[in-house]
Amino acid sequence: MESLRNKISGRNIVAILIFLFLLTAPFYMSSFRTNMISKYMCYALVAIGIDMIWGYTGILSLGHGVYFGLGAYCMAMYLKLESSGTGLPDFMTWSGLTELPLFWEPFKSPVISMILVIAVPTILALVIGYLTFLNRIKGVYFSILSQALAAAMATLLIGMQKYLGGSNGLTNFSTIFGKSVYLPAVKSAMYYITLAFLIGAFVICSILVKKRVGKVLVAIRDGENRTRFMGYNPAVYKVFVYCLSAVLAGIAGALYVPQVGIISPNDVNISPSIEMVIWVAIGGKGTLIGPIIGALVTNFGKSIISENFPELWSYFIGFMFIFVILLLPGGIVSLKDVPRRIINKINLYKEKKMDNEKNKKVLAKRQHN
Amino acid sequence: MELFISQIFNGLSVSSILLLAALGLAITFGLMGVINMAHGEFIMIGAYTTYVIQNIFKSNVPEKFFDTYFIVSIIMSFVIAGIFGLILERLIIRHLYGRVLDSLLVTWGVSLVLQQLARTIFGSSNVSVIPPSFVDNNLKVTQLLSFSYKRIFILIMAFICVALVAFIMYKTRAGRNVRATMQNRAMAASLGVNTNIIDAGTFAIGSGFAGIAGCALTFLGPIGPTIGTSYIVDTFMTVVVGGVGRIVGAITGSFIIGMGTSSFEFFTSASLGKVITFIVVIILLQIKPKGIFTISTRSLDD
Amino acid sequence: MNISVNTPVIEIKNASITFGNFKAVKNVTTSIGKNEIRFFIGPNGAGKTTLLDAICGKNKLSEGNILYNDGNREYSLPKIKEHKIVELGIGRKFQAPSVFSGITIQENMELAVAGSKGLFSSIKGNITKDERERIDDALNFVGLYDMKNEYPTKLSHGQKQWLEISMICVLKPKVMLLDEPVAGMGRRETEKTAELLRIIKNDCSIIVVEHDMKFVKDVSTSVTVLHEGSILCEGSIDDIQNNQQVIDVYLGRGGDKNVKN
Repeated sequence: MESLRNKISGRNIVAILIFLFLLTAPFYMSSFRTNMISKYMCYALVAIGIDMIWGYTGILSLGHGVYFGLGAYCMAMYLKLESSGTGLPDFMTWSGLTELPLFWEPFKSPVISMILVIAVPTILALVIGYLTFLNRIKGVYFSILSQALAAAMATLLIGMQKYLGGSNGLTNFSTIFGKSVYLPAVKSAMYYITLAFLIGAFVICSILVKKRVGKVLVAIRDGENRTRFMGYNPAVYKVFVYCLSAVLAGIAGALYVPQVGIISPNDVNISPSIEMVIWVAIGGKGTLIGPIIGALVTNFGKSIISENFPELWSYFIGFMFIFVILLLPGGIVSLKDVPRRIINKINLYKEKKMDNEKNKKVLAKRQHN
Repeated sequence: MELFISQIFNGLSVSSILLLAALGLAITFGLMGVINMAHGEFIMIGAYTTYVIQNIFKSNVPEKFFDTYFIVSIIMSFVIAGIFGLILERLIIRHLYGRVLDSLLVTWGVSLVLQQLARTIFGSSNVSVIPPSFVDNNLKVTQLLSFSYKRIFILIMAFICVALVAFIMYKTRAGRNVRATMQNRAMAASLGVNTNIIDAGTFAIGSGFAGIAGCALTFLGPIGPTIGTSYIVDTFMTVVVGGVGRIVGAITGSFIIGMGTSSFEFFTSASLGKVITFIVVIILLQIKPKGIFTISTRSLDD
Repeated sequence: MNISVNTPVIEIKNASITFGNFKAVKNVTTSIGKNEIRFFIGPNGAGKTTLLDAICGKNKLSEGNILYNDGNREYSLPKIKEHKIVELGIGRKFQAPSVFSGITIQENMELAVAGSKGLFSSIKGNITKDERERIDDALNFVGLYDMKNEYPTKLSHGQKQWLEISMICVLKPKVMLLDEPVAGMGRRETEKTAELLRIIKNDCSIIVVEHDMKFVKDVSTSVTVLHEGSILCEGSIDDIQNNQQVIDVYLGRGGDKNVKN
């Protein structure tokens, strides 16, 4: 009991330190770096959601780029309309459209846009979750389907050249809620809004995993059918956690767009989706601070490496996948246990050796007799 | 009518490539409970092997024998991809037996590394392979209807490979050992089957077939470091729809996905075709959540 | 050979179950009354576990029906989803100990005890004082109370079995289905389990699949012998042990002298 409490409070201290750093970073970091951190916080928000579904519930979704993208596109459509004033968005004019397509209409209103940022990912997650989990499509079958979802969504977006900018995506935003996106005040407001969402998601998910619902999720991970025979309907819980993670990804996408200035099918496709999973693995799945650390560290590393040796990044991230899953399944968070694990291994080895010697002695004695 | 027939032919052609790729995947998935995301990269390895061998032939072999390069290529694609598969299995995969989701992520990492390796060696732009001259023409049936020899050739190749695998799996001692290990690993091991060798060998052969698929792909267009990625999703869908560990599943799955994709793309557009195929797969899995052909077990949670 | 059944709680009517071409259970009819401890015994492959699976909804019947009477109304079980069957009061323990190793023993118990298993009540997540007491009682009885904040990975095989049985106890089921509850337990542990079952019996009916004949003798109120998917004979343990057919196919020539220890 005591050790358990220590472990939890240790993690909490780390969480507080990280949030303190994020709170104060804009005061001593360049605006370029601050903007980068803000982007990483969006990723961290996605990572928390993926951890809820993968780390806690054991469902590996390789298609969360889709939900990130949906949130981002919803936001981008609003930004695009606002930036275009009364005219049509630029790419529509280029591809010969003369009238705004009907599905763009709701994005004229900022309020409806914000609602859609949450509603669209939720609805798709509900439909996909309902169709897969209710019919007990699980494990790797679900993972592959989710990957196919990402591929399908990306091709669909690329094909919508006229309506959603195709492979170029949506870009060239100038204002958000009437203010220029280039204003330092707007930028720092966006930073703190992102941070607020990140902290909010962290707190809400921390509460959820401590409640019984969190235990049910872990139970589903340990044995879905057993959970069913405990009287729970796993499908409902899985749909719930899938939607929860989709909403977090959607919100992250919406926060990402105005700060980065572009969303394209490249951010929705298979590769970015699976990269989101590795953030969680690197940080430490099954803990909530792990994914935040993972998203921040990995992406910071990505920026540093790609700035200096662009060739190396693919090798690096590739080896990270292999290294973390094979050798450090607990991620960065579990690093503090590594010395203890090594000592345990050595002790185990010693014991074995001693046992062997004992057995030999016994055997020798018997033979002697 | 002509259009319809050529459409079916196209679908069959796509199916045959998927089948070549899915064959190895379905068996290793069923045997070892690992998903190999780097399987697409074995396709790439096969394709680049063909490219390299053609270049060697170009500079060293008299022109009239040039066409024989493809026979060497098929064999070498199989061998090289197989060797890569063997190395991957011994170094990494064997630590991941039964950990499906983990294996998926690790092998994704492997695929990133292999892609970058290809980029480093061959450059990131596509390269093209000149198909042998005898597949250049089309088989003209009527004025409007003609089949390209390239695609016919690939179909035949797929057919031979499937027949070969089926023969190995169901008629030889090694195949029987593979099936035994697939059904009950512990039991097979205790009966004296060396499951280590079975695993490594099966994985290598499965990778080899992906290499042949890559060799076949060079007929159809230029190849690049990411050629595997463009096929991997469809290949996996094939396995999922068909069911794990069964050849007949791989055949059915590739037929459904290949025909589906090509006809949906024909009737709508390339992008919508993918989406419709995805929806069809989801609907199919509603009825058969573990694929059309399954091996049923009694365990509670697997 | 007739068993006097007061009000049947579970009625299995002409149940058959097929897997592909294989008929695992053939035309089985029996009923289990209130407060009864019924044992299903028989050689491997007789269809015992398959029958339990059919009651709790894991297997589908190819023919026949299984009725369940919870005292208020009658349900046809094959039409109901697994988790609903649990909610109606039928708890199931599987052969391999299957507790959740990612959460503590206490949390395992809380999952089981929770009155409502819906999403929203799980999000609210509180259990009542009464439920907490029930957990404490159950854990005290099986001697796991002091370990309640540990993870089940620390438990021995027998302790895991007990934890699982306690989890089903706090579900407060009206019918308990136990698949080899004492497999892998020592004699003392087995006796304690027997005592536990006798206490539980006061509140519910129990169906047990078990090979340990001494255990069967100790706790059964009635026994059904299955052989190759059909009922060979049914009655009290004495009836069974003197039945020539049963001796031939299952107990062996030595009859009850051949009891496994």
